[in-house]
Amino acid sequence: MIEKGEVDGIWEKAAYIVEGEYTTGAQEQLYIENNGMIAVFDAAQGITVWGSLQCPYYIHKALMALCDLPAERVRVVQMETGGAFGGKEEYPSMIAGHAALLAMKSGRPVKIIYDRMEDMAATTKRHPSRTRHRTAVSRDGKILGGEIDFAIDGGAYATLSTVVLSRGAIHAGGPYYWPSVRIRAKAVATNAPPHGAFRGFGAPQSLFAMERHMDRIAQVVGLSPIEIRRRNFLQPGQATTTEQVVREPIDLRKLLDRALNVSDYESKKQRFAKENQAGATRKGMGIAAFLHGAGFTGSGERYLSSVVGVEGCADGNVRVLVSSTEFGQGTKTVLSQIAAEAIGLPYENVSTAQPDTLEVPNSGPTVASRTVMVVGKLVQSAALGIKQTLLSSNLLQDGYTAAEFRAACRQYVAAHGQFRSWSRYEAPADIFWDDQKYRGEAYAAFAWAVYIAEVTVDLTTYSVSVDDFVALQEVGKVLHPLLARGQVIGGVAQGIGFSLYEKVVWQNGRMQNGQMTNYIMPTSTDLPPIRVLFEELGNVYGAYGAKGIGELPMDGPAPAIINAVSDAFGIHFDFIPLLPEDIMDRLEKDRLDNEGFAASPQENGVDPTGVVR
Amino acid sequence: MTNPREARAQAEISFTINREPKVVHAYPMERLLDVLRRQLQLTGTKEGCGEGECGSCAVLMDGTLVNSCLIPVLQAAGSSIITIEGLASGNTLHVLQQAFLENGGAQCGICTPGMILAASHLLNGKSEPTMEEIQEGLSGNLCRCTGYSQIVEAVAEAARRRTTA
Repeated sequence: MIEKGEVDGIWEKAAYIVEGEYTTGAQEQLYIENNGMIAVFDAAQGITVWGSLQCPYYIHKALMALCDLPAERVRVVQMETGGAFGGKEEYPSMIAGHAALLAMKSGRPVKIIYDRMEDMAATTKRHPSRTRHRTAVSRDGKILGGEIDFAIDGGAYATLSTVVLSRGAIHAGGPYYWPSVRIRAKAVATNAPPHGAFRGFGAPQSLFAMERHMDRIAQVVGLSPIEIRRRNFLQPGQATTTEQVVREPIDLRKLLDRALNVSDYESKKQRFAKENQAGATRKGMGIAAFLHGAGFTGSGERYLSSVVGVEGCADGNVRVLVSSTEFGQGTKTVLSQIAAEAIGLPYENVSTAQPDTLEVPNSGPTVASRTVMVVGKLVQSAALGIKQTLLSSNLLQDGYTAAEFRAACRQYVAAHGQFRSWSRYEAPADIFWDDQKYRGEAYAAFAWAVYIAEVTVDLTTYSVSVDDFVALQEVGKVLHPLLARGQVIGGVAQGIGFSLYEKVVWQNGRMQNGQMTNYIMPTSTDLPPIRVLFEELGNVYGAYGAKGIGELPMDGPAPAIINAVSDAFGIHFDFIPLLPEDIMDRLEKDRLDNEGFAASPQENGVDPTGVVR
Repeated sequence: MTNPREARAQAEISFTINREPKVVHAYPMERLLDVLRRQLQLTGTKEGCGEGECGSCAVLMDGTLVNSCLIPVLQAAGSSIITIEGLASGNTLHVLQQAFLENGGAQCGICTPGMILAASHLLNGKSEPTMEEIQEGLSGNLCRCTGYSQIVEAVAEAARRRTTA
């Protein structure tokens, strides 16, 4: 539970009390490469596994316990991994365990590769959620306080549910200032397979609720979705729900204005209001404003205590030694780029070692949008260590060229042997977190964003198409513009799937549609132009001013799109996935209700215009 | 290694792979995908779903784009097949590969071989496709990482380079 201020006293001061309940469904990561692992056992060397995975040291730890082997006799090697999105954070420890036990028992190499149906049936998906909001609002639309009740379906075992719940709860208040709030959060056990990590990790669920609820508050108070947000945005100097003071000069109003401007929001809104009176389609605009904390929550990074190495090699080139894995996000590119920048070498002279627990230190898992910000900062400092060593041993002088660096590096290795520089995470002194009261600096940095969706709903098929999407974010310094844009577009695409297409059908705790034929993700023809824009404030805690970026774009699309669909009809849709049949059912129900009212206008306080009082 | 009974059950199949004639011995209903990956060690062709939905296993068979997970190898007898390994010439990347590289068209890479073959099939039929035609031409290939924009941009860029080259 998160508690801030005096919630119980606010209700009588409120001009409006706004309630809403919002739900989100399970979502399959649907990496195109299924889970797979190879294990080999040798009595002298122990167990070695190679596979498709995110977190080598998670598997290392699991296999030490499972096989009862010491650390040096367990080796985990990450191979090229065909997508992960959180879906290969935790589950690979299971399949690695199965392969390892079979290899030990049989004395033969064992390869296990799931086919699609097996992968869909067995592996973890995004936690379904239910969020209730009860909010006290002043006459002029300011949030006075409220209660948020956030619940997620953990499935049959706890696994990562506690940490998903934690991140979801901390993000539940959105990018707004709450003078008082009480956030209760719980994960419940059900008969489904365990739910687990998926990009966003609880935040997309609770932020969907918050941003849908803001539109409901706006309607009750009689303000526009723009104005209600503008009046409640967190500002520098104010404190979040966990009482973390915003120290950076973030101006969310400016972010909102820019996104509105780019999307041509106001004029489209006016035009749609006219056009929606007739015709075979309805159009709408939706806004989502949100934030995403980078790195492990609270004391997480302190406990992880990540280590990173940078090596000056015998050929004069530099190698980055991290357990951070590449699965499409650009880990190798960006970490090499950071080391190259720190030393002043061309990118071509830097490489990243294959994540192999025999070779690389534990730089923590590749999750939580922490790689560039946290691990990147450690790479930067370890790389500076290499440079400093060469400078202080007089093999190199300031103002050196790349050729001089490489010559000095070769000389050093020839004289002293292996040349490595290590850097270990140390929590900044001004970051404080209380695990008991759930209070303090939840994250070293937040990324901020405003997304705007434009949708058309076809009144014959009830299908929703997203026609335009503006994604504006502040993620600190953008280190690699091409890759950053790729992260945002990819995240938005997954968010569109989460909102409008991807439905896990459960029966007796099993997924009934575990195929790509009946679990539908967006294709190249289903997506709008996604316009990606950045603001850059920088960040003192991240490598060269970077914050986390990977998960942020998953948070905004669902509320922006469902706000737009709700705008198109002037009614609230409060759940995702929102499929055409759901829209049809709702409109049909409203129509029948209205006809019922029309038949007996005097009954039950319904006035003859058909509007419920 | 094959015992006589297995040998009798297998068929001798000849085809051309990446412009080279090949003869394989395989069960007639074996998937072309498995013959490519296991017997011919052409592991660039990927399996994503095994039911023809995702397009990761796409190859060109006599110039037509097919999902190799749905092709019994016997059906490929006598055909000419191009896999992703057959696109680059030596160390020079194919114009599509280069454009994917420069435009962020690949993230994790698992869909990339099929995606590039689909794009190649598209450009062979239409040298200056519109953005919509590119989207349509790639709609049988699923990508979970990129959201497709940078793939579509890469294909458009490759088309420009081909026509101006």
